[in-house]
Amino acid sequence: MKKVDRTVIERRIVFLILVLAVMLPMLFPLGLKTQSTPLTQKVYDLIESVPTGAPVILSFDYDPSVITEIQPMALALIEHAWKKGHKVIATAMWPQGPQMADRAFNEVKEKLAEQNPEAELPEYGKDYVNLGYKPGGLVTIQGMGRNMKAIFPSDITGKKYEEIPLLEKVRTLKDIRYVISLSAGDPGLRDWIMTAKGKFNVPVAGGTTAVSTPGFLPYVSDQDQLHGLLGGLKSAAEYELLMGYEGDASRGMNPQSVAHILILLLILFGNIRAARKRKADKLALEENNG
Amino acid sequence: MANFMTTFGIWLAAFFTLSIFSFLYKDNPFYKFAEQVFVGLSASYWLVYTIYNILIPNLFNKLGTDFRGNLILLIPMILGILMLLRMVPKLQWLSRYPLALMIGTSAAMSMLLSFKSDFLSQMAATMVNPFSFSSPVDIVGTILMIVGTLCGVFFFYFSKKQEGFFKVPSKIGIWFLMVSFGASFGYTVMARISLLIGRLDFLLRDWLHIIK
Repeated sequence: MKKVDRTVIERRIVFLILVLAVMLPMLFPLGLKTQSTPLTQKVYDLIESVPTGAPVILSFDYDPSVITEIQPMALALIEHAWKKGHKVIATAMWPQGPQMADRAFNEVKEKLAEQNPEAELPEYGKDYVNLGYKPGGLVTIQGMGRNMKAIFPSDITGKKYEEIPLLEKVRTLKDIRYVISLSAGDPGLRDWIMTAKGKFNVPVAGGTTAVSTPGFLPYVSDQDQLHGLLGGLKSAAEYELLMGYEGDASRGMNPQSVAHILILLLILFGNIRAARKRKADKLALEENNG
Repeated sequence: MANFMTTFGIWLAAFFTLSIFSFLYKDNPFYKFAEQVFVGLSASYWLVYTIYNILIPNLFNKLGTDFRGNLILLIPMILGILMLLRMVPKLQWLSRYPLALMIGTSAAMSMLLSFKSDFLSQMAATMVNPFSFSSPVDIVGTILMIVGTLCGVFFFYFSKKQEGFFKVPSKIGIWFLMVSFGASFGYTVMARISLLIGRLDFLLRDWLHIIK
């Protein structure tokens, strides 16, 4: 009978423990709370600082593979922008971005309707619009800086740019008060920083997956290349906290925290074992030589 | 019917999620099946998406409605056809022209912007007086940023052997790099765990209805 490698069994045990460490806090929430950080606060302050009625861009530069991290950010940002009365223009540098935008708009509308059935809900074309996907990244954004209509002649429903009331006064990117790119890679946030901020001086903020967050941190400096950065599920939870509700990201922080503690313990355990093994090997070698 | 399709979709997604997870135990036919379905579906999705959302609205519709007014679109169309000639062994050399144009154009376009945002602005961001801040945290943070940047850059200076005095900033640079790798690793762990949370949330909420 073929003998199973011990490390393979150990790896399976680690996977099993990790799944349990994530699953159990989801079934039995621990009530762990998160606190907002300056990076998240900066994004919040940017939206707060813009007056009612201003046209803004939310760029959906991601696809369904990262919705756990980025969709809660999209929901919180849309809700915040709508509460401030901003006119939200959704664009997408990723092909599945428009579907993500639609889903987020509808979800926030449903939530607002549930909270107050008599409230007037944001209206498509007047308060928000989905311009859809455009390939090209950097080139596309440069084009938006010259003429938005030439880049997006119609929205995703096929309605012409000039027939959309929200876009009446939006000629170029310079008419936009801020851009927030929800980005899972390239093309995405980096292109907006380089072009929208670097060339047209439009304030840019970002929401990224945790993997790509360290690469964008240097842009949040006194040069204001980035007006704040939301990095991963933790930042999404922070934004929900600032908005005063507990959403998917806040709920996700319970399993996230437990899993992180487990991984810390596993790293510690692995290092202790490796050190002991090295010591034992060294002793064995000395005995053999001596 | 809509309800049935939703339920069917959820069960299908649950099946594929579990099939992919089964690889954690060992390679098996369920994993292989799920992997191959994913690859095939992705390829066909992109093909159809590109035709219907890029080629038809941006090229064929425009040429069909106003051919004379959109003659310029023939240039990218021809370049696109040249690119496809990669599949014809005798003519594949022609695909080098659109490729060269793409590389040249994108390099030129991004060079200036990249130089400004990734070089000039980043350098300017380190040229701050740490003692202009009132909070001790900001002062220490800014000093660390300046020292870290200088030593990190020095570590990659290979024109002189890093020994004696030159070894000191290089060593400090390594420490800063190690800390940044650790931070990146922490963020990566967070991202991967988030993915697991997403899938388990789907299984427990949408599929099994265990959590509300």
